[in-house]
Amino acid sequence: MLDYHALAPDLIIAGTVLAVLGADLFLPQERKWWSAVIGIFGLTLALIPIFTLAVDDSSLRSMFGGSYVIDDFALVLKTFFIITGYVVLLMSVSYIESDRYYQGEYYFLVLASLLGGMVMASSRDLITLFVGLELVSGPAFLLAGWRKGDAKSNEAALKFFIIGVLSAAILLYGMSLVYGMTGGLTFEEIRAGSVTVSDEPVFVLGILLVLVGFGFKMSAVPFHFWAPDTYEGAPTPVTAYLSVGSKAAGFVGVLLVSYLAFAESPEIWGPALWILAVLSMVVGNLVALRQENLVRLLAYSSIAHAGFMLVPFAAASLLDSGDLEKAFAATLSYILIYGMMNLGAFAVIIAGARRVGSGQLRDWAGLGSYAPGLGVLLTLFFFSLAGIPPLAGWFAKFVMFQAVLQDANGWTVALAAIAAVNAVIALYYYAKVVKGVWMDPVPDSVNPKGVPGRVAPSLGLALGILAFGVILAGVYPSVIAEFTEAASFLAGG
Amino acid sequence: MTLSQFLVLSAGLFSIGVYGVLIRRNAVLILLSVEVMLAAVNINLVAFGQYLENTGRFAEGTAASGQVFALFVITVAAAEVGIGLAIVLLIFRNRSSVNVDELDALKW
Repeated sequence: MLDYHALAPDLIIAGTVLAVLGADLFLPQERKWWSAVIGIFGLTLALIPIFTLAVDDSSLRSMFGGSYVIDDFALVLKTFFIITGYVVLLMSVSYIESDRYYQGEYYFLVLASLLGGMVMASSRDLITLFVGLELVSGPAFLLAGWRKGDAKSNEAALKFFIIGVLSAAILLYGMSLVYGMTGGLTFEEIRAGSVTVSDEPVFVLGILLVLVGFGFKMSAVPFHFWAPDTYEGAPTPVTAYLSVGSKAAGFVGVLLVSYLAFAESPEIWGPALWILAVLSMVVGNLVALRQENLVRLLAYSSIAHAGFMLVPFAAASLLDSGDLEKAFAATLSYILIYGMMNLGAFAVIIAGARRVGSGQLRDWAGLGSYAPGLGVLLTLFFFSLAGIPPLAGWFAKFVMFQAVLQDANGWTVALAAIAAVNAVIALYYYAKVVKGVWMDPVPDSVNPKGVPGRVAPSLGLALGILAFGVILAGVYPSVIAEFTEAASFLAGG
Repeated sequence: MTLSQFLVLSAGLFSIGVYGVLIRRNAVLILLSVEVMLAAVNINLVAFGQYLENTGRFAEGTAASGQVFALFVITVAAAEVGIGLAIVLLIFRNRSSVNVDELDALKW
């Protein structure tokens, strides 16, 4: 029997996707933004069943032989994807309208990609996980190439696409090996089957190939090289979506396969992710130091943040199951908080680029003198990314360090030390941007009086929501902790 | 027939595909190489499924789940090729070339 109550959030979004596509046929060119209104309405509607499901904790809702599950983890991530969708739609309205491309299809693709993330959050077998992941990336390839006439956007789309399908093929090959060794496709069967084969080389190879496949999606070093190019070439709201929604989808996949499917063999994925975490933090931060373009700077910073999110995984291989929940919760909290502050940083860049007329760091100098509101918001989000209290970023880093250091040995202490050094390096380039905005003189190439200073109302709303979220989660971190602790029961089983 | 023959075939195809992605400079041929990798995945899934079912150690329907996975891989691959060719066509219209080495507007 299908449990329609449990499926309702996904079905509503699926319906919204089709409604947006259908409405596009009838909307005249100047009212295409109604597609966004339909999308936002659908997202709001989908929050209602999520709320009723969260209140009603009568039983675990599991469908299709355990392949599709609605539990606290799925609900938290579905909410996260829906809120990401809200903000991305709000950021897009004025940006896409000024571009004069196909607006209806744009909203259709964003919502379809979000639906993929929601499916992934519920998936508990390899097929559903894979189909969800492809639903996330397929529309994202097209969105990256949204500006059809722009050579940079074309290049961004092709690079993203080639890396995307290559990583999917590697992921699938790994999945086929895991299936062959354990005889199961659901995570439960894989876990049960993996006990006897955990030191077979083919099984180890399968796990590593799966991690490589997800590594591309998470843009962890050394699988990151597509990210800065794609982020710079794609339209900025799409970049914001890629750096949050698409990256979170990769992390959902890794969380599920590591803590559920490969729960019996942390000695394989733990060290592999230790290396990925260290490389991502070090390379991401060091290259970010040299960036002159704000979007590329945020691209490398998002690579470094992927490293921070991977840190608790590396520690998890050394812990027993009670402490695993803490590591799981730490990664999840980091994803939720990173999503808010990174979307905020991109929203500021969209608003500011219209004012300044460029994304180059030197042109942004002195922004605070003629647009103090934007300057304050930029300071807020960049300091939050750096992890300065009382903004949300400090809590993400705090739980991360807490998860690593709960069992101090050589490997975890080394990892924590590397993470601490990187947090300081990151502060340097975030602070450099903030210093430029407040203290440096306005460059001659920028004419502060030239452009009307008003931020589009929808973009302003997005900025307001995110700023509120970042401050709230920083001052009352228990808001985030409550959700992530509820969701982390998955790792305990 | 034994399982290992299929696995060797599939590993060979996968390696050829990876080689093609790394060596080819034409975007369409890169796409084809990825398809060869996915063919390797499908051979693996079906061969493993049949082998596992024949050992009798696993539940009824183990082979079927592998075959269903292979069907999903084929369907998704078809959708991906559709997206990929659309992007390649777009680039060909703008630059009259699909050589990936010439795409170097974005660097560091």
